[in-house]
Amino acid sequence: MKRRYGIVLLLGLCVAFAAHAIDPLPFKNRAQELRFQHLTRQLRCLVCQNESLLDSQAELAQQMRGIIFKQMQEGRTDAQIKQYLVARYSDYVLYDPPLKPSTWLLWFGPAAILLLGAGGVLVTIRKRLRNSAAATPETDPEDW
Amino acid sequence: MNRLLPLIGFTLLVALFGFGIWWNTQHDQRYVPSPLIGKPAPAYSLPFLDDPSSHLTRKEMLGQTYLMNVFASWCFACGEEHPVLMQDAQTLGVPLIGYDYKDDPADAKAWLARHGNPYSMVVTDRSGVTAINFGVYGAPETFLVDARGIIRYKHIGPLTPKVITEVLEPKIKQLKKQETP
Repeated sequence: MKRRYGIVLLLGLCVAFAAHAIDPLPFKNRAQELRFQHLTRQLRCLVCQNESLLDSQAELAQQMRGIIFKQMQEGRTDAQIKQYLVARYSDYVLYDPPLKPSTWLLWFGPAAILLLGAGGVLVTIRKRLRNSAAATPETDPEDW
Repeated sequence: MNRLLPLIGFTLLVALFGFGIWWNTQHDQRYVPSPLIGKPAPAYSLPFLDDPSSHLTRKEMLGQTYLMNVFASWCFACGEEHPVLMQDAQTLGVPLIGYDYKDDPADAKAWLARHGNPYSMVVTDRSGVTAINFGVYGAPETFLVDARGIIRYKHIGPLTPKVITEVLEPKIKQLKKQETP
C-alpha cells in the first residue's frame, strides 16, 4: 500500500527541536497557559501522530492550537473542546481512548491476561503441593 | 509435555508478532477513521477558483450525489492521483468537485493548466478552516456526498483505479438509485 501522502512532506517539519512548539499566543494569565498546555498534551497531532498537539510543529497542529486557544477565550470547557475535535477527527485525537465496549479489550485485556496467568500459577502450585505431599521427596529436580 | 511448554509459548509469541507485522503491512497506521460518515456534511461556502466572488455552498449541492476531492498543487500524492482522475472523472456518473486545500489560487490554476482539469468545478479553501470541519488532515482525501448532503464515504490517500471500480462505483450506483426512487 502506497502511503506517500502529500503530507509526508510535512513530516519533515514535524521534527521537534524544542520541548514543545512555541506559538506567540496571548494568554490571559499563567493559569490559562497551563490549562492550554495540559489540554493540548492530551491531544494527538493528526499529521505527526506520535506527537501531541502541544509538541507538533506541523502546520495543521499550529492551526488547531489556534482554534483551541480561541475556543478557550470564548469560555468553552476542555470537554467541549475535546468533543469539537472528536466530532471531526474521531477518538484518534485523544491519547487516552475513552472507555466503551470497543475499547474494553484494550483497557482490561492486560489485567485479564495477568489474572489468567496468576490463575495458572496458582493451579500449578496447588498441584505440585499435592503431589509432593503424596509422593516421596525424590522427584526429578528437572521436572517442573 | 511440560518440557515443550516453553517452545509452545515461544511459537505463540512468534505467531503473535508475525501477525502484527502482517497486519501493519495491510493497514495504514496513519489512517484516521472519519466520524462524519453517515452524518450531514458540514455547512460550507467556498469561493470558486475561477471566480472567487461567487461561492459554492452545501445547500446548492443538495439534490445530487457528488464527489469532493481534496487536492493541492503542493501535494505530492495528488500528482500521483491526478492521472487516475483524468481518466475516470467522466465515467463516474457524478460531479467531481475539486477542493483546493491550503493552496495559492495562482499555483492551483497553473497546476491544473499543466496536468489537466478533471473537475466539474473547483473551490478553494486557502485557510483550511472549512477543511477542519470536514476532518481533513492531509491531501488527497475524497468525500462521497449523497443527494441529502450526507457524507457516505471517505477515502484517505490517492484514489486508485482499484478503489474507484471496487468501492466508489458500486457506492455511487447505489446512491443514484436512491436519488430517483
